[in-house]
Amino acid sequence: MAYAEDAEHQALHEPRSYWTRYIWSQDHKVIAIQYSLTAIVAGLVALVLSALMRMQIGFPGSLEFVDAEAYYQFMTMHGMIMVIYLLTALFLGGFGNYLIPLMVGARDMVFPYVNMLSYWTYLLSVIILLASFFVPGGPTGAGWTLYPPQAISQGTPGTDWGIVLMLVSLLVFIVAATMGGLNYVTTVLQARTHGMTLLRMPLTVWGIFSATILALLAFPALFVSGIMMLFDKVLGTSFFMPAMISMGQQLDHEGGSPILFQHLFWFFGHPEVYIVALPAFGLVSDIISVHARKNIFGYRMMVWAIIAIAVLSFVVWAHHMYVSGMNPYFGFFFATSTLIIAVPTALKVYNWVLTLWRGDVHLTVPMLFALAFILTFVTGGLTGLFLGNVIVDIPLSDTYFVVAHFHMVMGVAPILVVFGAIYHWYPKITGRMLNDTIGKLHFWITFIGTYLIYFPMHYLGFLGMPRRYYDYEGIAFIPQSAHDLNAFITVMALTVGLAQLLFVFNMFYSAFKGRPAEANPWHATSLEWLTPQTPPAHGNWGPSLPVVHRWAYDYSVPGWEQDYVPQTEPLRPGETEHTGIASDSSPLDSTDSSIAEGKP
Amino acid sequence: MSTATPRPAPELNPFDRPPLASRSAAAESASIGKTGLRFLLAVVTSLFMLLIVAMLIRSQYADWESLTEPWQPLAHPWSLWVNSALLLLASVALQWARSAARRQDQAAMVNRLALGGVLSCGFVAGQLWVWQLLHGQGFGVAGNPANSFFYLLTGLHGLHIVGGLLAWAKVLLAARYLNTAQLAARVELCATYWHYLLGVWLVLFALLTSSPQTFRSFASLCGF
Repeated sequence: MAYAEDAEHQALHEPRSYWTRYIWSQDHKVIAIQYSLTAIVAGLVALVLSALMRMQIGFPGSLEFVDAEAYYQFMTMHGMIMVIYLLTALFLGGFGNYLIPLMVGARDMVFPYVNMLSYWTYLLSVIILLASFFVPGGPTGAGWTLYPPQAISQGTPGTDWGIVLMLVSLLVFIVAATMGGLNYVTTVLQARTHGMTLLRMPLTVWGIFSATILALLAFPALFVSGIMMLFDKVLGTSFFMPAMISMGQQLDHEGGSPILFQHLFWFFGHPEVYIVALPAFGLVSDIISVHARKNIFGYRMMVWAIIAIAVLSFVVWAHHMYVSGMNPYFGFFFATSTLIIAVPTALKVYNWVLTLWRGDVHLTVPMLFALAFILTFVTGGLTGLFLGNVIVDIPLSDTYFVVAHFHMVMGVAPILVVFGAIYHWYPKITGRMLNDTIGKLHFWITFIGTYLIYFPMHYLGFLGMPRRYYDYEGIAFIPQSAHDLNAFITVMALTVGLAQLLFVFNMFYSAFKGRPAEANPWHATSLEWLTPQTPPAHGNWGPSLPVVHRWAYDYSVPGWEQDYVPQTEPLRPGETEHTGIASDSSPLDSTDSSIAEGKP
Repeated sequence: MSTATPRPAPELNPFDRPPLASRSAAAESASIGKTGLRFLLAVVTSLFMLLIVAMLIRSQYADWESLTEPWQPLAHPWSLWVNSALLLLASVALQWARSAARRQDQAAMVNRLALGGVLSCGFVAGQLWVWQLLHGQGFGVAGNPANSFFYLLTGLHGLHIVGGLLAWAKVLLAARYLNTAQLAARVELCATYWHYLLGVWLVLFALLTSSPQTFRSFASLCGF
């Protein structure tokens, strides 16, 4: 018997005790919340680290314990936590877990036990990572890219314990992500409900699904580089370690290739950008469509763009390595592929804008975050075109221009989507609305604040202010104005950092005291809003699974009394299903009465 | 919410194929496991491909001392041939269990599955024995990058077999609680996994015992 029918006939085994319901839970919704809260806690640690770093840069020496060693340790941990343990875990483990089964109409993930194991393994990796703050020598200060030979040579902070814990934690994380990933992919392919074809899935599912495939194929590269470096460190092999003299002593290593590590690392590292970006693209598409009360423009184009980006993301990795030196033909190839990836990406941006055009835009908090994402992503993406070119990248590579670029495109843009998505789906997750006023305050401080932090960094980069430096005192070509700008950026960073407390407060306060939410407060069409209970009960759907008759974007369809048509609503006689092809979604549809004439 | 509505008509575009839920074939109970396993094997492929590429690149540096030169321990790797035979037999046993599954012969399924696992344990033990031989001859893991890659690749491959054996043990322990169709589905998954790992091992075996000249030509194909 096929999955959905099987699921329909199975008696639901409700977990009975507190422990099996909330702690050792196999319910995808509980696991999603566990994943999200763990990721957010890790992210707050990384946020505090960034504040400490900014204090040193804006007001050098103001915090005594931030010496050069601590600075590099904070920098490394900040980067690694934000990219892997916050964003990857939150988008795939958090949103993926919560939304995939609900959006495709499944009762749960297809391998619930493995799913539970995935969370606990992830938690273990976070604990191992954070434990490195408490070991002798502290966490590693190798930079988040962990380049050898310096990552495991004396002189870098944390070479005794920190680097080992970091590598072990990454290996454990990859095991967790793989267990989760197999679940997400298989659930999308095998557990969709009646009528839920691939091209009726919301773009959120498409984004998370493609990102998961990227994660499954790219994380092995990090695994390989991690385990080989661990061998070099612990067993004394020479995979990456060249012959070198360290602290006046000839090391036992010889002949290894640090560049080999860089290739392996970035073969993971670049797809990682899209492991974070593709779910963000998907989530933001759905948020925009719901809050602009219009179908997403060019749905099929959006799907193909996601797939194109996913494929291209595997052939651009060496653009992170221009300064390492490479054959000019390689450089040409990677610059070209990097610029080509801008095509499907730009296409998505155009489609978001066209979705907004003549839409009934509701400036709700989730929508504000989604709009801010588009702006931030465009700003960050455009500087990517600069850096994708070898000849422009080489002078800018080690400056704050790069810091500005990747924080805009990979830090701020996805985190804005995280906020937007939390504000959007929170009513379904908790049954209560988040406080709107605090939400708007949080939005405006975060949005304007992050621009004030990162936009000036582009100028600092053009000035030639090098990144990764602990102290800029006494560097002749850095003028006083740059130091003043740094102080300003620090003040802004602290403001934005503190403003996140508003969000944390709102999240916890509203969970208990928020206004009770309706089942479908945004009047959305996709399945997660149509559950019999809010928040959805174990098994999601009550006795029978929903039946899907249309895509997820029937907003403002002429001839219907309400401005949204849920996916479970059968087609009316004479109504043709929207195919999701762009020419069908002309914004002029709303003046077209042909469908209306066909209604009974 | 609507109930008891007709299923949507089939469409031509492959993307619009109705999802599994709307298909009714009874043989599809195992397809969830199969899909999950296929993606797992994709991950395994990615892992070993990257390791192999890394090895090919690393082998072109001057300090690489191939283990297959006439005076080196892998010049006549008869021990690895023995181990390969064990793994091959394990794979054959699992295939044999699969054929029992087609005849719905539960007892034969269990016996042949058990045999396959025992042979695989033999393979793992044999690989550890090869490690001991090499180590005894003074070819430690850090001695030379060729040694390092030998230990790394055989070790990771062995760990994948051990992971398979965990699943195998779970199936065997649960066998008497499963009906024939359920057991057959699990045997099928085990067999697929074992065949694949046999394939991976044969590639690794061929590569690890290749001459430096072979390495050079592969590496130059990769642009090194």
